[in-house]
Amino acid sequence: MKEKRPFPDEEYLMSGHLACSGCGASIGIRYALKALGEEIVVIVPASCFSVIVGVFPYHSLKVPVYHVAFETAASTATGVKAGLEMTGDSTTMVLAWAGDGGTFDIGLQALSGAAERNDDFIYVCYDNEAYMNTGIQRSSATPLLTWTTTTPLQQTKEEAKKNIMEIMAAHRIPYAATASVAYPEDFFNKMKKAKGIRGFRFIHILSTCPTGWRLPTQLSIKAARLAVLTRIFPLYEIEDGEQYTLNLKPDPRPVKEYLKLQGRFSHLADSEIEIIQENVERAWERLLKKVGI
Amino acid sequence: MKRVVEGSHAVSYGVMLSRVQVISAYPITPQTHIVEKLSELCASGELKAKFLKVESEHSAMASCIGASAVGARVFTATSSQGLALMHELLHWASGARLPIVMTNVNRALAPPWNIWCDQIDSLSQRDTGWLQFYCESSQEVLDTVIQAFKISEKVLLPSMVLLDAFYLSHTFEPVDIPDRERVDRFLPRYELKFKLDPKDPKHFGGLAPPDVFPEMRYQMQQSMEKTKSLIHEIDEEYQKIFGRSYGLVEAYRCEDAEVVLVTSGTVSSTCREVVDQYRDGGKAIGLLKIRTLRPFPSEEVKRSLKGIPKAAVIDRNLSCGMGGIFAEELKSALCNEEDRPIVFSYIVGLGGRDITQETISDVIEYTLEQERPKEEILWPDLRR
Repeated sequence: MKEKRPFPDEEYLMSGHLACSGCGASIGIRYALKALGEEIVVIVPASCFSVIVGVFPYHSLKVPVYHVAFETAASTATGVKAGLEMTGDSTTMVLAWAGDGGTFDIGLQALSGAAERNDDFIYVCYDNEAYMNTGIQRSSATPLLTWTTTTPLQQTKEEAKKNIMEIMAAHRIPYAATASVAYPEDFFNKMKKAKGIRGFRFIHILSTCPTGWRLPTQLSIKAARLAVLTRIFPLYEIEDGEQYTLNLKPDPRPVKEYLKLQGRFSHLADSEIEIIQENVERAWERLLKKVGI
Repeated sequence: MKRVVEGSHAVSYGVMLSRVQVISAYPITPQTHIVEKLSELCASGELKAKFLKVESEHSAMASCIGASAVGARVFTATSSQGLALMHELLHWASGARLPIVMTNVNRALAPPWNIWCDQIDSLSQRDTGWLQFYCESSQEVLDTVIQAFKISEKVLLPSMVLLDAFYLSHTFEPVDIPDRERVDRFLPRYELKFKLDPKDPKHFGGLAPPDVFPEMRYQMQQSMEKTKSLIHEIDEEYQKIFGRSYGLVEAYRCEDAEVVLVTSGTVSSTCREVVDQYRDGGKAIGLLKIRTLRPFPSEEVKRSLKGIPKAAVIDRNLSCGMGGIFAEELKSALCNEEDRPIVFSYIVGLGGRDITQETISDVIEYTLEQERPKEEILWPDLRR
């Protein structure tokens, strides 16, 4: 008997797209669309993805794509969904596909507005932890002590990464989840689950960027996996802002294993790695409390 | 049916009669009465639209762009700071060729805070690729909203319908509210040819390099040019059904005039009165009301002012460092004409200061007395 494959064969991301090799965002959209199918409109604000999709007149996604202003992924998605409904189409889904800059920073107000109204679409933030499209500038998703082109070695990032999941939980949206490009089955299942829910749904996927992370491309998935295994980026879900579910509980592993792969952390002294380790452990404990463990 | 309604509500009824499907708006004085009435009309079911109560004007325009891109008929209303906040997306809406209609209540920009009438908000958006209609009366506002949908949907460029803060937005006037059947006949449902549709997937707005970008802008300009004749055609059709028309400009008693006042918005009504008084007194004064700033009615302006010795442009706005914006537009249209008037540029009524008949008389007297303006910018209502 033929073995059941975990993912549909249908591909919506075509070859010829403009992603760097090892790009997490392109891996992410591939599985997201496999889960959601073709009855969809995709909203793409300014991000690497606005280029990855293709340069006029070429494009690499087999679904309708609307390129929108940087801070308007959520607000445009709200309008698209309302327009579809009012023109008699109640089934087409809307997917906003935005980077961390467009989500954590410039798009946060529109995101909060749509979440508060519980507008009916799926918002995915593919988080590569900096403004990669413009050349690796820090965003509020950039982790503490990271090197970027605007947090140079003399003054690396002094602030912690913004906790976008807690912000979304505070909006009491029906579904929020983290995901990783190293765990495609988990991501696929979360997108499937999101598809079956009405209202505002938010997926935060850690999306490796070999270019910006100063990471050999062949280590892209390994780095994403280590982010989860070292508990830096736990996989969990939040339903209705209250019910937390931890999807994976890895045994403790030093964050150094994750950090040492990447050039953006190569300057870190042992004492700084120790600070990061402590922060990760504290955040993990906080998460376990919310999960009820 | 004639009813006495507030200027803001004339907008709301125009939107209702246009069978708008999606409204998205954020409150700002003095636009609020428009959206409050629309909320009531949606809640009562008289208007079957989805009203998105968004968290900013920026998101209002973004959601209008989204809804319009799937083919819905959409509307928003704003004023002043709200319009300024939308600026980036005004370019987005026109570049995406979306037939969005918006009402802006003309109000000054801060600081200092000022909620009163001034045209600088919409004139600062002159170059965003939107059609701009400056209205004189509540009737004109209602009729222009309905016309604007038809015009925008034909040329695929968005329209801004402008009305003066308080002088029009909060003033009650008798307005003929047309019956739905006749408006439906004039403005049927429309089908957007290129839209976001999973059955026919297309990408919109992606990266367009220099080898295609200029042609896209050229097409927008061509559409704007085409809009001039289209406004006339649609205006004539409107005239046949509803008995009212407005044109791109209105020339009032301009024949053999020594001075023609050039106006926009509600000050036109005041000027009409003063023109009549001067004509009664045997002085040949005329009025040219400009209704559309974009597209700019260059041909109509040239024709109306041919052979006129002097034009006095009344600007309720200031482009700081240059002068009145209507005056600059007018001069630009006339500069290659041989037989052109001397243009006097008057800045009046900024921040809602009342433009009285006395002020207009001062403008006329000065223009009659002087061979040429002594200063590039004249400030007749300034306290010195």
